[in-house]
Amino acid sequence: MENLNYAITTKSLSIQYGNFIAVNNVDMNIASQKITAIIGPSGCGKSTLLRAFNRMNDLVPSCKVSGEIYLDGENLYGKGVDPVEVRRKIGMVFQKPNPFPRSIFENITWGAKINGYKGDLGELVETSLRSAALWDEVKDKLHQSAYALSGGQQQRLCIARAIAIQPEIILMDEPASALDPISTLAIEDLMQELKQNYTIIIVTHNMQQAARASDFTAMMMLDNDGSRSGTIIEFDETNKMFTNPNDKRTQDYVTGRYG
Amino acid sequence: MTKPTVYPEGDDLQKLLSGRYQKAAIWQFAFLGALMVAIIALMGLIYNVADGAFGFIVYEYKTAPSKFTSTPLNELSKAELLSILNNELSSGAYKKLDNEKPLTKRGQAELMELFMERLVRMDVKATYSLTDSLFSADRIRAEVTETYPNAIIEFRSWLTPQFLTSPMSSRAEFAGVRTAILGSLWLVGISILFALPVGTGAAVYLQEYAPKNWLSTAIQTNINNLAGVPSIVYGMLGLAVFVRWLEPITSGSMFGVVDSNGRTVLAAGLTMGILSLPLIIINAQEAIKAVPNGLRQAAYGVGATRWQTVWYHVLPNALPGILTGSILALSRSLGETAPLIVVGASTFISIDPSSPFSKFTALPIQIYQWTTRAQSEFHAIAAAAIIVLLILLLTLNATAITLRNKFQRRW
Repeated sequence: MENLNYAITTKSLSIQYGNFIAVNNVDMNIASQKITAIIGPSGCGKSTLLRAFNRMNDLVPSCKVSGEIYLDGENLYGKGVDPVEVRRKIGMVFQKPNPFPRSIFENITWGAKINGYKGDLGELVETSLRSAALWDEVKDKLHQSAYALSGGQQQRLCIARAIAIQPEIILMDEPASALDPISTLAIEDLMQELKQNYTIIIVTHNMQQAARASDFTAMMMLDNDGSRSGTIIEFDETNKMFTNPNDKRTQDYVTGRYG
Repeated sequence: MTKPTVYPEGDDLQKLLSGRYQKAAIWQFAFLGALMVAIIALMGLIYNVADGAFGFIVYEYKTAPSKFTSTPLNELSKAELLSILNNELSSGAYKKLDNEKPLTKRGQAELMELFMERLVRMDVKATYSLTDSLFSADRIRAEVTETYPNAIIEFRSWLTPQFLTSPMSSRAEFAGVRTAILGSLWLVGISILFALPVGTGAAVYLQEYAPKNWLSTAIQTNINNLAGVPSIVYGMLGLAVFVRWLEPITSGSMFGVVDSNGRTVLAAGLTMGILSLPLIIINAQEAIKAVPNGLRQAAYGVGATRWQTVWYHVLPNALPGILTGSILALSRSLGETAPLIVVGASTFISIDPSSPFSKFTALPIQIYQWTTRAQSEFHAIAAAAIIVLLILLLTLNATAITLRNKFQRRW
């Protein structure tokens, strides 16, 4: 691999709910301004791993995280680190589009306002919507309800909302799985544009999507020891993962023989 | 190759199907029966109440109206009534009435009432229920001409506009529920003003902030139990805390009101507020639980604190449900009698409540009071007061539902 800037890295990251270890000992280096995909069969802990990056697992009371995640040299799980600050720097787009029950305009400005945005809100809305390839479709109805948009548009609105707070990293948890193929392609094109300014980590079920859209891929699977905890079994450039992977399990998965 | 016959076919299938449909029909009938029981009970209630509030009355005049004027009663004009009252009432009585509300400003119907009450002094001898009045009219007339030869029989509705606007009186014919309605409205207002914010706040804390440990479970169980405590216990609590212990506040003496004690509409309103509190908390909790989690995640995802998520997204989303629950609490505040008796609702008061520190009475108290009297006229006006209470309840419920729909329609 060429000399890469790492935006975010994990060290011995383990996540457990009560006594159940969901994610076991993950070491990952996510390259800056590239798209990294996490793939794997259902239930292996991909979403749990993704949500560890912006400390969304903190909202689940029984969740315990051990290990470290470093962003700009600082451990996100260090003592005294405020999850609210972390979530400003690391934005998230969810599987099911969840715009606020407000107007399109307010969806984007609410996050900005609570984070103390001092600039012109109208400009921010336009910039964010343009970056999310949604501006032309909604520029005449900014004050209409976000719920009036189609699924694909709502998801792009959620992406615009995430961009509006100017994060460094955008996490995407199966962002297109609830959308039709055309909206899916639109989102993938959008990701290619976004990666010029943001680092993107995407969890996806869809192997073709990972192959098409990502630069790096992490293959996640349940441990062989029957413990039902997931771990990264291979991590490499996407091209290599899909043509000549090292691990046999990866080979089986990407060629469709399993999962 | 023939399919193995695991499921019944042909005749066997018909038998199975008809058996299933029969069973279903029996259950459907049973459910309908249950509904009919409820409907019959409700109709019985309404019939009972309406029966008492309308019907024949038999009355005599202590002084015949003809002694005051030759014009027939139903042609008396306002001007004539005014002059009669002026001439015939003692100057003291006239001045008192005028001070309460200037006689020239009163309507013709009001003046007629006064005329009948003070000068003619209508005296009701007997009352009859609606069913009797409709179906046994002749028998009644025969009875009455025998017992009260000089009396007049008239069909009267006890529920009249005068009934709503007159204050209490010791005479059933002239008593009204104005003071009671106002007292009840004050009570409901104070109790909602207290219980809704406090209850919603408690529910928010329990749902969004409290850690799930044994302490919060204990608190939750206690709140659920408190919802079932008999209302008179709350009355005793209100007596001890609001009427006695917090007397400086509830009597208003802390705010400069003199000549007052703790038995005020403020103390009663707060007692009813505490009564409604467990109900409101439980209901608000359900409403908050029903807010979809995706909304919270979206808010946290853009870097909101828990408070911002709750205030700007969870609460507005839960508001329609919380308002629906307030309807139930409203009904309790309006209808509970026992705690009001304990806390000191006045049984006879003719001055409208004008401040939180006034003495008061309430509709349920009034109804209870009147039903315990011996004369049948009082039972008749009790029935009329019940109708008023039911209408008031329906109106308040309708308001709450309209408010809820208004909030629900937003997105």
